[in-house]
Amino acid sequence: MDILAFARALPGSVAQGLIWGIVAIGVYITYKLLDYADLSVDGSICTGGAVTVMMMLAGYPAPLALFCATIAGMAAGFVTGIFHTAMGIPAILSGILTQLGLYSVNMRIMGKSNQAISVDKFDLTLSVRYIPQAILIGAIFCLVVIAVLYWFFGTEIGRAIRATGNNEQMAKAQGIDTNAKKVLGLMISNGLVGLAGGLLAQYQGNADVNMGRGAIVIGLAAVIIGGVLFGKIFRNFSLRLVGVVIGAILYFCVIALVLQLGMESTDMKLISALIVALFLAVPYIKETKGQKKVKPMVKGGEEHA
Amino acid sequence: MLELKQVQKTFNPNTINERRALKGIDLTLQEGDFVTVIGGNGAGKSTMLNAIAGVWPIDQGQILVDGIDITKLAQHKRAQYLGRVFQDPMMGTAADMELEENLALAKRRGQFRGLKWGITAKEREEYRELLKILDLGLENRLKAKVGLLSGGQRQALTLLMATLQKPKVLLLDEHTAALDPKTASKVLEISDRIIAENRLTALMVTHNMRDAIHYGNRLIMMNEGRIILDISGEEKKKLTVEHLLEQFTKASGSEFATDRALLS
Repeated sequence: MDILAFARALPGSVAQGLIWGIVAIGVYITYKLLDYADLSVDGSICTGGAVTVMMMLAGYPAPLALFCATIAGMAAGFVTGIFHTAMGIPAILSGILTQLGLYSVNMRIMGKSNQAISVDKFDLTLSVRYIPQAILIGAIFCLVVIAVLYWFFGTEIGRAIRATGNNEQMAKAQGIDTNAKKVLGLMISNGLVGLAGGLLAQYQGNADVNMGRGAIVIGLAAVIIGGVLFGKIFRNFSLRLVGVVIGAILYFCVIALVLQLGMESTDMKLISALIVALFLAVPYIKETKGQKKVKPMVKGGEEHA
Repeated sequence: MLELKQVQKTFNPNTINERRALKGIDLTLQEGDFVTVIGGNGAGKSTMLNAIAGVWPIDQGQILVDGIDITKLAQHKRAQYLGRVFQDPMMGTAADMELEENLALAKRRGQFRGLKWGITAKEREEYRELLKILDLGLENRLKAKVGLLSGGQRQALTLLMATLQKPKVLLLDEHTAALDPKTASKVLEISDRIIAENRLTALMVTHNMRDAIHYGNRLIMMNEGRIILDISGEEKKKLTVEHLLEQFTKASGSEFATDRALLS
């Protein structure tokens, strides 16, 4: 293995990890806070990329394009939310339907399956050509997103979303419109994913209709790696999100390492799937093997209660 | 205060599993009534409470709170009138959220939830005072995740949350059944105290005949989806378990069929 080549690849992995960290934060909101496995992500990341690239090709500035990418992502989340809450479609299937439908939408937006945007001709937010700058911009985006989410999930409405994901029955009994909160949560999540898609398209210099394939798995991998490595030390909500971003960075570092070991880049999806399956299995296996340690569910404390 | 008019509910209609759970319930609660509800398994006690709470739509009849027809209102909308405590201590609180966050959620029941951030010092002080009254040592654990509390503590907290915004009707659905006897009696005492101090109108389902007799000013007994006995005032004070069993046999034409009720 060529250590030097691996070292040279690392900064790029960090930059990519930071952009995907925003996707992972979006996945964290649905998967962890709302307890909802949302597969729309695979489609909405591409929607964000497509909107960004097409708007910039049409002459709009990058910030406006990214803003619209976020809105487009939110619209995708809204559709998934309506599928689930108003039409009673199971969570996973709602996401799959949106994802499938978005393929056509993304093709319509782009006109063809790939649209390039050159760093020479356009004023890009970040690019693979200037990796140190891309790392800085990516880190700033992550920090701003984390700060805003930390504030939002501490507000009355943000707490209502968390309560909905934590215990829906209790939320209803406390007068919370749980359906509306689920839709809102999905919109925020997919809005972030759309934003990340816009950043990713600029970074790699193109939007591709297949750029979102397996995005949910990468997002989940980051969430799970962040949780396993930092779950014990990062208790605070904002720190947990930092852990998720670090999880995304580590994921891409591992990918770089595996590539250096001589695997084909097309093998990455298989490796990603196996990594996620492995990490998802850990808590389950711990639970079933360590049943002696599990306390009985319903029992009053003797001293206090 | 609370009015049920000919409320009917059938589960799985027109199937082999069809079950007529409520066969026309008529019940009127006066303001300040503390009604205990007793009956065998499948009598319709919890079903009646769920009908009031709006867990699913009823087939026929009307439910009014304070003269307002809530029959067609969604569950979260009628929550503004109702406080609820469930049988399962896990059900009434959000385990992954802090104690004070749970209380803050309950504090805003029936109110607009906006972008106000955090919990004010004044609010926190109010919660601390209320928790102190429970006498479970919870006043110093405002920042603790609710999942760390015992079943009894969670039930007491749920009770506090259900009454933080004074409900028109408090619904207690066998809320001590999952607790050990000592904890159960403590939670019952707290319930009784909160109901008395706030002069709440309450409906409490229990399988324990002695508790049903001891607490409240009125007792109703249900059987096969109907109210078969309604005793209040002086008459209720003189009730005994034996008398109640006798009444049940007379009213229903069968033996009271819950071992739990006899043994407890």
